[in-house]
Amino acid sequence: MVSAVEGSGRAEPSRSEEPEKPERPLPRKAFAARSLGDRIFRYQLTATGVAVLAIMAGVGLFLLLRAGQALKVRGFAFLTTAEWQPDVHRFGIAAVLTGTLLIALVAVAISVPLAVGTALFISDVAPRPLRRTLVTMVDLMAAVPSVVYGLWGLFFLQGHVIGLSRWLSDWFGWFPLFTVDGTQPGEPLASESVYTASTFIAGLVVALMVAPIQCSVMREVFAQAPAGEREGAYALGATRWGMIRSVVLPYGKGGIIGGTMLGLGRALGETIAVYLIISPVFTIQPHILQTGANSVSSLIALHYGDASTFGMSALMAAGLALFLLTLAVNFTASTVVARSRSGAQSEA
Amino acid sequence: MTVVEENAVRDNGVEETAAAPQPADELPDVPRRIGGPTRSGVLSLTGAAASGLCTAVLLFGQLAPFSGALGFTVTAYLGFLLIYAVLTGLEENGQAVRDRVMTVVLWSAATLLFVALALVVGFTGWRGREALPHANFFTQDMQASGPLDPLTNGGIAHAMLGTLTMITIALVITVPLGLACAVYLNQIPGRFSRFVRTIVEAMTALPSIVAGLMVYATWILGLGMQKSGLAAGFAISVMMLPIVIRAADVVLRLVPGTLTEAAEALGAPRWRTVWHVVLPTARSGLATAVILGTARGIGETSPVLLTAGFTAALNADPTSGPMISLPLAVFNFVKSPEPTMIARGFGAAAVLMALVLVLFAIARVIGGRGPGHQNKRQARRAARASRRDAERYAELHAPGLKLFADGTQDNTDEPDQPRGAGLHQSAAPPRSATSHNAPAPDNEGDN
Repeated sequence: MVSAVEGSGRAEPSRSEEPEKPERPLPRKAFAARSLGDRIFRYQLTATGVAVLAIMAGVGLFLLLRAGQALKVRGFAFLTTAEWQPDVHRFGIAAVLTGTLLIALVAVAISVPLAVGTALFISDVAPRPLRRTLVTMVDLMAAVPSVVYGLWGLFFLQGHVIGLSRWLSDWFGWFPLFTVDGTQPGEPLASESVYTASTFIAGLVVALMVAPIQCSVMREVFAQAPAGEREGAYALGATRWGMIRSVVLPYGKGGIIGGTMLGLGRALGETIAVYLIISPVFTIQPHILQTGANSVSSLIALHYGDASTFGMSALMAAGLALFLLTLAVNFTASTVVARSRSGAQSEA
Repeated sequence: MTVVEENAVRDNGVEETAAAPQPADELPDVPRRIGGPTRSGVLSLTGAAASGLCTAVLLFGQLAPFSGALGFTVTAYLGFLLIYAVLTGLEENGQAVRDRVMTVVLWSAATLLFVALALVVGFTGWRGREALPHANFFTQDMQASGPLDPLTNGGIAHAMLGTLTMITIALVITVPLGLACAVYLNQIPGRFSRFVRTIVEAMTALPSIVAGLMVYATWILGLGMQKSGLAAGFAISVMMLPIVIRAADVVLRLVPGTLTEAAEALGAPRWRTVWHVVLPTARSGLATAVILGTARGIGETSPVLLTAGFTAALNADPTSGPMISLPLAVFNFVKSPEPTMIARGFGAAAVLMALVLVLFAIARVIGGRGPGHQNKRQARRAARASRRDAERYAELHAPGLKLFADGTQDNTDEPDQPRGAGLHQSAAPPRSATSHNAPAPDNEGDN
């Protein structure tokens, strides 16, 4: 809108300057008057941009409006309370937010090595004819519906991973995160149900969901590493891994960080897969291998049906917190990628 | 293990003795191989794999009280990696050992990811095999069937119809708005469009449940509407919009600048450049962007969960009454403890998966070509159009004053012609009429 007005304003002086042209050897200003069609075109496109911005801003705005009631009642305690009983005005997101962060951290810790490895494999190691197919497969993996991942995690993965959970808690139980209450190290007959529906299993499934997203961001950046530098490294006698370490990885650092953050943003917001797997608890549960976990989004999915008006406002406040968290993570991600050397053309 | 090691050593020795005398005689005729698998490399890989497996068998069967398939695989893999490093170390220096080991590690990371993908897709299909062979699964709804009914009774027709309705609503909103916004980001650069782009990029990872909450807050709580397919369509739109915009933006950026500059140099106004050059050039990429967005939108459960309500009956009217979509149906089926309901859930998930796969395949077929690449039909059409243009120019430049008479005869919608021509003349009188003859008739239709 602004530029259209500027444009029509600019056109006039250019026309009035035209008579002076022969006298002064200044370069002629090359402005064309915008036709009516063009001006309408620009107004319409700008209006679309404004509309999209309004929708996006509306997400935050309406959540804030609806959440106001609940936030006014709880104030700062909303962030520090672990319970969820909105009808007696005792609720807060301390437990669910911790749960969300733990699930996302487990997911990122597992998915990042996998994504970096696969991205490097596709960009530098895989046989050339295979690469296009692999890129398609990664994209396809990103398009698999989350409910399908949830089903797989619930009915397939859970049964196979309990052994790993048990092994981890037996050998690394001294580390607070891996402690499981009610088991002794090496106790062979410990009940398996202690290990099901845990943060760890939810994190594993979410890791599989975010790995393809991270992988495609990283692969794009790795593929842009300048061929001259790659060849220079080879010419200096580097092995392939030496070349990757000295050229591709430093060049793609921004992509790795940005992709990781982007995956983190997705992991924080994942609802259905997490909801299907975890059994919700409303205390801060730092033991990731133990049954019982929670996340903001599954809290909303769990309670939206039976919520009173005030309860809904509380859920909106939880949603707002999640929204702000993911927004912050995403902004950081895109800034990191844009600032890095490789980010000049990358799309992250 | 020792046999393989000796083999590798002997191998190495033989190669060296054979290679040594050659440079003394004359230059080798055969170029040295610098890539590809070598014999010793393959031998040490297989040797290491065999001994890694044996180590795991030994540890699990005889020496240590380990158990479980996962643990076995991990132990075997670690054993393989260690032995491979040692084997390579016998004939190569540290740099090369690191290179070989990391190559194997990268191969295994990729394999792990793709095996996981295959497992997810395969498992869904495999568990869906119980429900899928029944024809009624695709033609009936769940209105008359309870959780205990056999699979020969009831189906997911209502969910399939619901998914189709919702995604249609979402597409009707997303495609015009998303593509226009992407064009805006590309064509009207400036501080504001950069701001919009930043916001849209940050929104691509908008938690889908927040999109559902937003529509719930505005449409259902704010405007007092009931839960319906329309509300679910809105929620899916909010979620899909940033995805489509960003994908389309990326594609539009790939349109060669020379093409748009050529159009501008011919005197085309900006909107005409966009309509006739930029969009057709990026057509396949834009289609891919929309289809990938659709695939994401179809699979999302949480926005629909909050906004569509739940029903077991077929409901074709998106404006009233609850509606259900495929992912939501899956979600509800598997919450039930009954095996037949879970089987139905997997059947619905397999149908959903198939739908996404088909969409994806279409996107790849359309988007496989680069921007501006034409198929045969498009190339023929373009050739026809340029022949027509050539004839028109030939007539225009023919001697005599046929200029305006020809232009009006060629264009059938005459009423627009004088108005459009007059308009352009007033805006930019010195320009030749040739460039403005064409845009005039479209002026109203496109705006």
